[in-house]
Amino acid sequence: MSLAQLLSHLRALPEMVLLAGACALMLVDLASKSETRRLSYLFAQGVLLIAFCATLFVLSESEGKRYYIFYGLFVSDLLSHVLKLFAFITVSAVLVYARPYLHERGLLKGEFLTLLLFALLGILVMISANSFLSLYLGLELLTLCLYALVALNRDSAASTEAAMKYFVLGALASGLLLYGMSMIYGATGSLLFTDIGPQTAALAASSSSMRTLLVFGLVFVVAGIAFKLGAVPFHMWIPDVYHGASTAVTLVIGTAPKLAAFAMALRLLVNGLPALAVDWQQMLVVLAVLSMALGNLAAIAQSNLKRMLAYSTISHMGFMLLGLLSGVVGGNRLNAVDAYGAAMFYTAVYVLMSLGAFGVLLLASRQGAECERLEDMKGMNRRDPWLAFLMLLMMFSLAGIPPMAGFYAKFAVISAVVQAGQLWLAVAAVAFSLVGAFYYLRVVKLMYFDDPAGVAVPAGGGSARWLLSVNGLALLALGLLPQGLMALCQAAIRSL
Amino acid sequence: MLAEYFPILLFILVGLAIGVAPMLLGRLLGPNRPDPEKLSPYECGFEAFEDARMKFDVRYYLVAILFILFDLEIAFLFPWAVALNDIGMAGFLAMMLFLGILVVGFAYEWAKGALEWE
Repeated sequence: MSLAQLLSHLRALPEMVLLAGACALMLVDLASKSETRRLSYLFAQGVLLIAFCATLFVLSESEGKRYYIFYGLFVSDLLSHVLKLFAFITVSAVLVYARPYLHERGLLKGEFLTLLLFALLGILVMISANSFLSLYLGLELLTLCLYALVALNRDSAASTEAAMKYFVLGALASGLLLYGMSMIYGATGSLLFTDIGPQTAALAASSSSMRTLLVFGLVFVVAGIAFKLGAVPFHMWIPDVYHGASTAVTLVIGTAPKLAAFAMALRLLVNGLPALAVDWQQMLVVLAVLSMALGNLAAIAQSNLKRMLAYSTISHMGFMLLGLLSGVVGGNRLNAVDAYGAAMFYTAVYVLMSLGAFGVLLLASRQGAECERLEDMKGMNRRDPWLAFLMLLMMFSLAGIPPMAGFYAKFAVISAVVQAGQLWLAVAAVAFSLVGAFYYLRVVKLMYFDDPAGVAVPAGGGSARWLLSVNGLALLALGLLPQGLMALCQAAIRSL
Repeated sequence: MLAEYFPILLFILVGLAIGVAPMLLGRLLGPNRPDPEKLSPYECGFEAFEDARMKFDVRYYLVAILFILFDLEIAFLFPWAVALNDIGMAGFLAMMLFLGILVVGFAYEWAKGALEWE
């Protein structure tokens, strides 16, 4: 191998930095005896910062071109760089929010930090995957870390039960995904998305039996994606896991992995199987409509905030799928940049909202007084007006009320759906959003118009509070000026 | 093409027959006169001494997991060592990377006390 070849692998520098950093963190943490894990925490944030800068370096060095390394297993394009930057910011914020909560409960161990970084590594590998093999590798690295994180609070029956459920259902979904992949591999003889794309187009056109085989594989692949996204009817794990895991871990699961799931859907369906777009679009229609319906309706009946937000995740992922399915109309890809860009924007904004909403729950929780039922929100405005205001911003954004970013994200997706000529889907999306507004606004009503129940516990402060304020105001700013992020998302999609 | 699979079908059928036939014969030909004493659980001819679901030390589990990890490592090292001449520097570096990650894990478990029995 020549030096130039060796150096070309530096396009995976962010992953290398993260891997080395996570390994080093494991050893650094062994030396740390303190309860606050100050050294390990700062080390983890430092690794994230260096990896962030490494991504920026690779981004500036690539000059907008696309590169394949590791024999085509790994793709380095603008989409991967942008999603990776989002992922670093998200995980860094997760660390800031989760640290005081975990520390109070004696759960702030080195394992949390290490597993989080390894999960992030899995996310990065998924984002840059150009082959079934690397995609699956990243997926397993991510989910195995998440199983362990859910079970981190091992003395809690709810946590271990949630971890068990997540593990069993996750294994099932991985099985489905692998089965679908093996079908497509059997038909095309390649694992690389760049080869599968043209291969499937030729095969699907050549004979109907080949097409049936490909669609058969596609069904399983879509089922696997739907499970990872948590779209109905593959959503069963979401409420239980969100509810059972400690809130800090729910924050982890509800944010950065969504970016990876979006990248996975985009790489598999748009990069790998564009020739079967007609088929997977129909499947995504069913998934999207069912997710929006069940997610929004079931969320109304929840009395637990974490469960409510879990069902809200399901409905939001359904909404995001609407963007993914309206990219190609009758073989015409004119709408692709708008539609996929809207879906990416939606995912990024959803991650910000979810980060903020769970962040408020973490900040408002005290040892012995978990803030996770709807009643716990009562009279929040009198206890802590600023925190209540931030929660109001999150809820308005989740409901899609202008001028919040959530509104613009919904608007972009719906206009892409309309451009694709699927009017009834757009009407359904608006109708279910209206239903959804009810339970988000109920939280606002509880905070502002109800009397506080029980003793008032002061909310925590420190850096988490500052970051949460930035998070909430960023949603407002993105709602007022969405063009920058939207342009970035569309440029990333063009690089696909 | 399908004809090539015929021997496999034959194997499956013979395997099934060998497995099922003795049990079937035993059930059909043997006398079957159950009574409560015969059906009750026993251990070496006596009443059962304890519950079948025994508690065992979780450390056995830990040792088993660690054994699998390092056993697999050896399974990778053998073919690597044999093919080292052909795979060159890239192969050498890749294995060193793999071993490096394993060493981190080893240091972690050692420092955490997973290797101490008492």
